[in-house]
Amino acid sequence: MSVLVFTENWDGKFKKMSFELVSYASKIAEMLNIQTVALSIGDVQEDELKKLGNYAADKIISVNNDKLKNLDNQAYTSVIAQVAEKEGAKVVIIAHNNTGKALAPRLSVKLKAGLGAGVSKLPSSVEPFTIFKKVYSGKAYSNLVIKSDIKILTLAQNSFEFEENVKSPAIESFEPALSDDLFKTTVSNVQKQTGKILLIDAEIVVSGGRGMKSGDNWSPIEELAELLGAATACSRPVSDEGWRPHEEHTGQTGKIIAPNLYIAAGISGAIQHLAGISSSKCIVAINTDKDAPIFEAADYGIIGDTAKVLPDFIQAVKEIK
Amino acid sequence: MKILICLSNVPDTTTKAKFVNDNTAFDTTGVQWIINPWDELALTRAIELKSDAANSIENITVITVGEKDAEPTMRKALAIGADDAVRIDAEPTDAYFVAAQIAEYLKSNPFDLIFNGIESADYNGSAVGGMLAEFLNIPSVSAVSAVNIENGQVKIKRDIDGGTEEVTSELPLVVIAQKGITKEPMIAAMRGIMMARKKPLNVVAPVEVDALTEIVNFELPQPKPPCKMIEPDNVKELVTLLQNEAKVI
Repeated sequence: MSVLVFTENWDGKFKKMSFELVSYASKIAEMLNIQTVALSIGDVQEDELKKLGNYAADKIISVNNDKLKNLDNQAYTSVIAQVAEKEGAKVVIIAHNNTGKALAPRLSVKLKAGLGAGVSKLPSSVEPFTIFKKVYSGKAYSNLVIKSDIKILTLAQNSFEFEENVKSPAIESFEPALSDDLFKTTVSNVQKQTGKILLIDAEIVVSGGRGMKSGDNWSPIEELAELLGAATACSRPVSDEGWRPHEEHTGQTGKIIAPNLYIAAGISGAIQHLAGISSSKCIVAINTDKDAPIFEAADYGIIGDTAKVLPDFIQAVKEIK
Repeated sequence: MKILICLSNVPDTTTKAKFVNDNTAFDTTGVQWIINPWDELALTRAIELKSDAANSIENITVITVGEKDAEPTMRKALAIGADDAVRIDAEPTDAYFVAAQIAEYLKSNPFDLIFNGIESADYNGSAVGGMLAEFLNIPSVSAVSAVNIENGQVKIKRDIDGGTEEVTSELPLVVIAQKGITKEPMIAAMRGIMMARKKPLNVVAPVEVDALTEIVNFELPQPKPPCKMIEPDNVKELVTLLQNEAKVI
């Protein structure tokens, strides 16, 4: 029996998220007194696969098949299910990101396994299996019991303090059965963002709202982000106005993020915006309105105009770098 | 082509979450109920697609699993422009239960293109769309930010973690829609509201399905300590605090 963790690689390299997942899975395996098995799909070299052992994977299963070059949800679900069966998975851990949200529900039906989506903590109990998850877009939490024999959890990004626990896992390659009728989608024209820190991966995010007054005033946001190694984001009115692309919209209906530091410049903090950022570890608010709700969510606040405060902010960061 | 939109009836996004019965049930007092925002975007996109005759879309149906109190929200969808509505008469206990109910309905009432919002504003599970596709053994594409039809072929843009991809797929297909699929949700016109009263809203009996999960209780987030205010002419102090106190830069 095992806890199976589905890892993701980008061009053959694991991101931090995968290590978080393996570490999280190994803690649950400990609670259940069973093994942690990590699954990797794609062309990943042995040296890279071994890194999963640094976070307490007992065994690594590598599936490298040309048919799985692109994400086909039905085919990937089948592969994970085959490995889950082979390894007697009791719990399957997947990231709560775009890929994970696409796969976990399918797998839930395939394995008849109850889904706990977007967990941020370890289960409070394994008998009954009780998890803690966000509901109402972060305005509340629920304690949820998963009643099925197999459980699937998706782990919210940047929510779990992972730790090193070095093991030397066996690496096993696995050839899944892949019938043609599993592949009903075709992927073309892949556009990868390069040279830019992705909003969902970013440890620091600098975000602007309507208080920036115009899309032409974004250079201090970009400069501050560049200096801090941060991603840029915006509030909903900003993306609705077309000042910034919709990919940058953070909030309940946009991206839900949890960076270590979120800097909100000229954002009043509507309840929908707060729902998307409230899991950030530290929030800085800059706003002219002392009654803006963003100050209730913030750790540090400055009442002032972004046009004056941001250049000072940039200057002060330059002095410490 | 026939389009189905799976709708969730959810509290308005400005609602503050409160609970009753020892924190085991959501307090619905004074709550405005709306079409789940992402489902509304999907419905809007479907209506846009239908308005182009070249796409030959004959019908847009909305479906929900819910009790009678979900009907005003279904009427709203009909007022916006759906042709008919189906309500499977059951309390939506969990995503697996909901997806199983809709899948059962679809076995005898097939559709070509099935839209789901990427998550619901209440339980945030991102689950029904993918589950439905697996129940029906049909493809699903998630995190979709554009849907077009060219010569009867459905063309999709989806977000991957770190970029976008264009995807085509066999039909029937489940599309799981997010922000970007259309610019803004369509608002019902007076004529639409009048017409909605006459459009069919069919109530279907549920099938026997066991939910796989159960909510024990709810908790509200811990209140945050008050925000530390810094003078606007002393941004240096903020940077020092971020570096030495919060240790985030």
